[in-house]
Amino acid sequence: MAPQGEVKVLGAWPSPFVMRPRIALNLKSVEYEFVEENPGNKSELLLKSNPVYKKIPVLIHGDKPVCESLVIVQYIDEVWKDSTSILPSDPYDRAMARFWAAYVDDKMFPTMREIVAANEDEAKAAAVALFKEGLSLLEEALVKMSKGKKFFGGDEIGYMDIAFGCYISWFKVTEIVSNVKLFDESATPHLVAWIHSFSSHPAVKDVMPETDKLMEFAKNVVFPRIRAAAAAK
Amino acid sequence: MGKNHEEVQLIGTWVSPFVFRARVALNLKSVSYEFLEEKVGAKSDLLLKSNPVHKKIPVLIHHGKPICESLVIVQYIDEVFDGVKILPEDPYDRAIHRFWAAFLDDKFFPALKTIRMVQGEEVQKKLVEIKEGLALLDEALVKLSKGKPFFGGDQLGYLDIALSGFVAWIQVREKTYDVKLIDESIIPNLAAWVDSLRAHPAVKDIIPTADGLIEWVRVNLGPPPAPAAN
Repeated sequence: MAPQGEVKVLGAWPSPFVMRPRIALNLKSVEYEFVEENPGNKSELLLKSNPVYKKIPVLIHGDKPVCESLVIVQYIDEVWKDSTSILPSDPYDRAMARFWAAYVDDKMFPTMREIVAANEDEAKAAAVALFKEGLSLLEEALVKMSKGKKFFGGDEIGYMDIAFGCYISWFKVTEIVSNVKLFDESATPHLVAWIHSFSSHPAVKDVMPETDKLMEFAKNVVFPRIRAAAAAK
Repeated sequence: MGKNHEEVQLIGTWVSPFVFRARVALNLKSVSYEFLEEKVGAKSDLLLKSNPVHKKIPVLIHHGKPICESLVIVQYIDEVFDGVKILPEDPYDRAIHRFWAAFLDDKFFPALKTIRMVQGEEVQKKLVEIKEGLALLDEALVKLSKGKPFFGGDQLGYLDIALSGFVAWIQVREKTYDVKLIDESIIPNLAAWVDSLRAHPAVKDIIPTADGLIEWVRVNLGPPPAPAAN
């Protein structure tokens, strides 16, 4: 029996974190209204629904707001439980998925920002090397978790795919704008194949930002902000 | 309950608020475990082998397989071992517990931890941040507890466990900075919660004293670092 209540996602098209609940809802074939927020002019609904952080994404189910992208993904998985499972069923596999999802947020995204912020070659090279070390750990994790299948979740997209895959467009844009190569078929062949499988997945392709559009936004808005923040420290 | 007597080891220290979470969860489920205490300044081979990515405690080892990251460990313990349920049944309540647990790690603890690194005006700012965080948690407690002693209701739940490790460290800051952070006139619910937590069977024998932690800091970390020159 489908749980009652309308579903809204408050978000913005460039945000990797907003992609996460959208992919999860798509996987579960749940219809929802996407409310595009303007970060410079936050809606009353957003401020009321996420008073602690005032940030997107927010999922509103009926009248109940859920905040923090990975908390939202788990909520979606637990509410629409008759559909395909996002978290694996085995507790140890669940722990692995949670561990690696935390890793990408704690390590990979900040390191990407360091690459962008670096204004000397040495700093950039150091950040790129750190990023690639992380990728080789993730390549290993993918091999272990996928058990020979396409995704971290196996045959189907799972929690870790969603957590990591949402950054793909941003990694691509970083490669172009910062003139670095992050993903290398010879170093991380499974990850390179995974990027393609994930990006073309029906639950993903319509919510993944186009590289060109994102690049403009990154170059004009986000990357200057990242550099300014780094310079201020 | 055969499951709860299988081989379980926990790598950690008695001072770490994150290790404390795992210990409370194991106690709550009546799981006997071997506590492998790490020495300060010298990480064991077992730790380096079990958590090669972060090289940090806590690490839970179950059936020879390591699980890392304190909140991941707590959820694992909840899912594998019989007994009291740590996460609530309702998905929305689970989301609220998880939201606040993330808040503790992303916002609250960094303020609590880094106050040691600053001086003067900056100390006051951190104290305000900590107090604001506690006020939010007091509000959340009222909503989640529904009149019972804990975030989990009658019993310790996920958010109780997530916050439990910071209680002694909050008291360390109170003593060090001569300030009342758990002020029963401002946050009466959280103040009562602290008393209930300290008395709970899963907590009372393992919770460190503020004095014990202050002494540990003095011996192992020395005086606070001088502020960085600009």
